[in-house]
Amino acid sequence: MTAPGLAAPTTADGSGSSDTAVSGALLARAFRLSRTSLALSLVILVVAMAIGVLVGPAGLGFRSVLLELLDRLPFVSVDSGLSDTQQVILWEWRITRVVLGAAVGASLALAGAGYQGVFRNPLADPFLLGAAAGAGLGATIVIAFGYAIGWGPLDSVAVASFAGALLGVGTSAYLGRSADRSPAGLLLAGVAVASFLTAVQTYLLQRRTDVIRDVYAWIFGRLTTGGWDEPGLLLPYLFVCGAVLIAHRRHLDVLRLGDDEARSLGVNPDRVRLVVVIAASLLTAASVAVSGMIGFVGVVIPHLVRLLFGSSYRVVVPLSGVLGAAFLVLADVGARTVLSPAELPIGVLTSFVGAPFFALVLRSQRRVNL
Amino acid sequence: MKRTTSALLAGVALALASCGSSDTTSEAGTDTTAPVETTLVESSDTTEAATEPEAEVGGAPARIVSLSSTATEILFAIGAGDQVVAVDSFSNFPAEAPITDLSAFEPNLEAIAAYEPDLVVYAFDPDGDELATAFDGIGAEAIFQGPAATLDDVYAQIADLGIATGNEDGAAALNAELQSGIDAIVASLPADGEPLRLYHELDENFYSASSNSFIGQLYSLLGVANIADEADVDGFGYPQLNAEYILQSDPEIIVITTEVAYGADDVAARPGWDAMSAVRNGNVVVVDGDISSRWGPRLPEFLQTMADVIAGASVGS
Repeated sequence: MTAPGLAAPTTADGSGSSDTAVSGALLARAFRLSRTSLALSLVILVVAMAIGVLVGPAGLGFRSVLLELLDRLPFVSVDSGLSDTQQVILWEWRITRVVLGAAVGASLALAGAGYQGVFRNPLADPFLLGAAAGAGLGATIVIAFGYAIGWGPLDSVAVASFAGALLGVGTSAYLGRSADRSPAGLLLAGVAVASFLTAVQTYLLQRRTDVIRDVYAWIFGRLTTGGWDEPGLLLPYLFVCGAVLIAHRRHLDVLRLGDDEARSLGVNPDRVRLVVVIAASLLTAASVAVSGMIGFVGVVIPHLVRLLFGSSYRVVVPLSGVLGAAFLVLADVGARTVLSPAELPIGVLTSFVGAPFFALVLRSQRRVNL
Repeated sequence: MKRTTSALLAGVALALASCGSSDTTSEAGTDTTAPVETTLVESSDTTEAATEPEAEVGGAPARIVSLSSTATEILFAIGAGDQVVAVDSFSNFPAEAPITDLSAFEPNLEAIAAYEPDLVVYAFDPDGDELATAFDGIGAEAIFQGPAATLDDVYAQIADLGIATGNEDGAAALNAELQSGIDAIVASLPADGEPLRLYHELDENFYSASSNSFIGQLYSLLGVANIADEADVDGFGYPQLNAEYILQSDPEIIVITTEVAYGADDVAARPGWDAMSAVRNGNVVVVDGDISSRWGPRLPEFLQTMADVIAGASVGS
């Protein structure tokens, strides 16, 4: 894999702006998202979600589930034969979980694609800039000091970890910007902030060993949701920030040419980086708040899209969202059913299934372009 | 890589908080006997033991440090309370226990040595088995008593602490009292009828305790059907249950502890849980986590609470 350095590579001087415009236009045509790949990805997502809704430990029966879904359509009334409890299982637990899985998968993969584009670093991860450490600290403070009481429809732990994630990323951004205007400065600031916040969290946990279980139960990846509170928290962020990231996909392609080239094409690289980092960080913070830290999806799905469909961000950003959603929904089907009626932690599943598959794709391709 | 470490940590935390797996405990049974013998031999020629006024004949330890909240309760219940000079930060019972800020999970050897102990009792060794050597280095005998896997482990640990502290009679009396107390509670239960379905919830990710766990064995004694058993295929004792399965199982009793940050109302408010038998009949029980997580003298208290709930639920159904 060709790994570019942390800093943006220098660009060749003296390339005429008309040449650049021409090559830019060619690039645009060559790297446009094809209808076939978009359609294929959407089909994969729909199939994944259908499997997610049809399969589960309660074994509701395909026929009954389909009839129950039909029954909810306007002007259709059929008897699915499901008991009240089974209907609750389907609507309040299984479908919400599928929706949450899809939303978290899409958010993390979109955020990962955004960060990788901004930092031009293949290892960029949604939790890179202190989002994970900040969320962990927020959750720890609330759980350890007993403020874990409901706050409106939302769990105060979710609110605290969201705030913590934003605080982590915000501090990294502030320190990184004042130190150095290159993306490397931001990355290094993220490392420093994450270590600091983790140290504070570890200290608090040492003082309050009795809450370790609650804290870890919160932080480690989970999609166990009942009702629509969690999807309801995440979906608005997914729609707004996802739209922002997709709108900036061309700009991310231009950034690949280097800052000077980007400026000559009328793109302000600092502004693009700022907007993309804010959108990706909001997505990450909202994901951590509802589902803890689910690894792998954010790093690997964008690479998978690059290897399968092309390395232009016009392809990578939207398809990462779609395939990230499909991937997490499928992984969660495994988490729910492999040890049924016991659960397998979703984080174990994502890496266990995802890593070999990714290795396979990686082997069959020659290079990764960022 | 970071993820893997985190997952491992989670596993450790889980095992810690849910009080033990069977491996640590099986060691406990054998470990406890060995140091006992050395205590008797070695402490007879230590001068401190002889000069201490409360030291008993035979050189019983006079300066005990307990890093286990269960051991603290046992020590005071068998009459060794006067010999205890310091207990760890979680040893909040009985009230007269000399609680300190000593950590049981990150033992600070210097802080422990400052109490000049001649016996240290502990239930957790973060580095495997290094603490025994370390305590030996500061001139103290060490007794490791990990989480009990069975009631027999409990009786054995109490007997061992009796021998080690020169309170064999107190230990025998406590064991007899525990045994008869538990027998009486079990005998008082309604004999006929289907076993009630019980769900013990450890956290909001639906980790539970099956009959392979210590607390699960107590539930078995009380004759309930533990819904976690079906999920505990590998016998670890603490499976994570699927929400769909819990709803479908329709538990008649739900137990949560004060160790979680939510209450019975929050459990009842989960979608569809209001229709569960346990919630409809008001049988969501919050038990004191300090009692339910320790394997000490207050076990009958926990069993009595649960027996009352079971009796009430049997009448209700």
